[in-house]
Amino acid sequence: MSLDTGIRLAYLVAAICFIIALRGLSGPKTARAGNLVGAAGMLLAIGMTFATPGLSRFGLMAAAMAIGAVIGFPAARLVKMTAIPQMVAAFNGVGGGAAALIALSTFLKATPADLAIYEVVEILLGVIIGSVSFAGSIIAFAKLQELMSGRPITYPGQQVLNGAVGAGILALGVAACVSPHTWIVVTIAVLALAFGIAFVLPIGGADVPVLISLLNSFTGLAVAASGFVLHAVVLVVAGTLVGASGTLLTRMMSAAMGRSLPNILFSAFGSVITANAEGQEGGDRSVRSGSPDDIAVLLAYSRKVIIVPGYGLAVAQAQHSARELAELLESRGVEVLYAIHPVAGRMPGHMNVLLAEADVPYEKLKEMDDANPEFQTTDVALVVGANDVVNPAAKNSPGSPIYGMPILQVDQARNVVFLKRSMRPGFAGIDNDLLFDQKTTLLFGDAKDSLSKLVAAVKRL
Amino acid sequence: MNGSDILTLVTVFVLSGFVGFEVISKVPSVLHTPLMSGTNAIHGVVLVGSMIVLGSAHGSVEIALGFLAVVLATVNVVGGFVVTDRMLEMFKGPARTRAKSTPGDGSAPEEGTGPQLGTGSQGGTGGTL
Repeated sequence: MSLDTGIRLAYLVAAICFIIALRGLSGPKTARAGNLVGAAGMLLAIGMTFATPGLSRFGLMAAAMAIGAVIGFPAARLVKMTAIPQMVAAFNGVGGGAAALIALSTFLKATPADLAIYEVVEILLGVIIGSVSFAGSIIAFAKLQELMSGRPITYPGQQVLNGAVGAGILALGVAACVSPHTWIVVTIAVLALAFGIAFVLPIGGADVPVLISLLNSFTGLAVAASGFVLHAVVLVVAGTLVGASGTLLTRMMSAAMGRSLPNILFSAFGSVITANAEGQEGGDRSVRSGSPDDIAVLLAYSRKVIIVPGYGLAVAQAQHSARELAELLESRGVEVLYAIHPVAGRMPGHMNVLLAEADVPYEKLKEMDDANPEFQTTDVALVVGANDVVNPAAKNSPGSPIYGMPILQVDQARNVVFLKRSMRPGFAGIDNDLLFDQKTTLLFGDAKDSLSKLVAAVKRL
Repeated sequence: MNGSDILTLVTVFVLSGFVGFEVISKVPSVLHTPLMSGTNAIHGVVLVGSMIVLGSAHGSVEIALGFLAVVLATVNVVGGFVVTDRMLEMFKGPARTRAKSTPGDGSAPEEGTGPQLGTGSQGGTGGTL
């Protein structure tokens, strides 16, 4: 068996590992092992590349890999669990950037006149998709990291401008196929970067996770394109796997939010809200806020309490305090459950991860469909830092931008307690009528502080 | 590369697309985030391509681009797998408690997971070849 055959076989084994990894990642019990199988396949593929005949500059490669590892490993290790979504966006962006650089560099190396049209098309696809994914992911990162406003950024003629940039890329692409000049390809790369930015700007913070999933599948396709460019089968297989499964995952995620993908991508939340004068009324209506002691009494003498955790809980790192309060109430004979909305936190499944970190027993976590019937028999729904996912507007007001999104029906509980930082509307920027309801009590403050105060107050009873 | 080579790649592309769709057809929403992160790590295989580009580059511009590509791809692959593992680490707790509370449902498959997956990988190799 020649070395070349050995390397090809190793790449095949790596590709199989990736498929097994995906399969493993789709089940809760096999997920971690699946990820490790994927990592093993990756190590094999990378190791084999060092043995590829005809390559040189291994020292430089090792140096570059060392730099990448020094950036990537601590970033992944030290990031707070609440910041995971933007971390995934960042890792996705750099992958897309690498795919674009591969295509660009291959183009520079080739003699343009010798390139067949399909080769130019492969290169252009790698450059365009990779650049869009890179720039889009950076903006998504900036939005979630709050380096820039999470609100949709819109301006007049936005769709027209985006369309024009897209059309420009297409036109230049055709021109490049006819006469592949370097300046055309570089201009296409720049335009694709601009398109990536322009395409993400109008997407609101609450929708960014779905967007990241979409950009993830873009990067997969960019990697597949660079696999075509380099004639590297393992890149084509892995890139396409991610492209296809990522597309499916994106659809599942938008379905969990009760919205279609085009709706998320092209209907900026913000523009709808500014047009909605009803939002102004919020300031005039009165809300009832209670002291920690009032709420402690309410909780301690209930039969059943459901905790609805949201992003505010995650930000305040209050998952441990929530568990403490729950255990305290349980020791007094109160039944305590957690109702988890599919997009609670910032991403589907994010909240489950955070609560698992705080050792909340798995069987106390109720998914939305199981939790909703429970609210009718619940004395207190304790909403900790959540807003949009319990907003009855999603059920009752067809004009609302979140209309149709499945929500947790906390309004059916006998009492509702909101622990909120302020009256500021949630991530989607929509007022919540439930805050002004008769049976609602508010406790303002950081989620962790408020929960600690409640714990202390319940202990004093 | 001649016409039949590109056709081979297109074939691989199409079949991989179908596998990608099929393999994750049933995923609970709890796992959406880890799955996204895991697929994110898998497209880190772009590192292999980046290494080929750097290792076969001619001019200094190509070397610089290749070097940058290797750095970026390494961040993708290392960060991707590590952050996914960190997320999934959190699921250890739930798996344990679940096994305790409902022994019939939880414990048996859980014990079977490791070995099953291992043999699956070898069996899969033979089957796919």
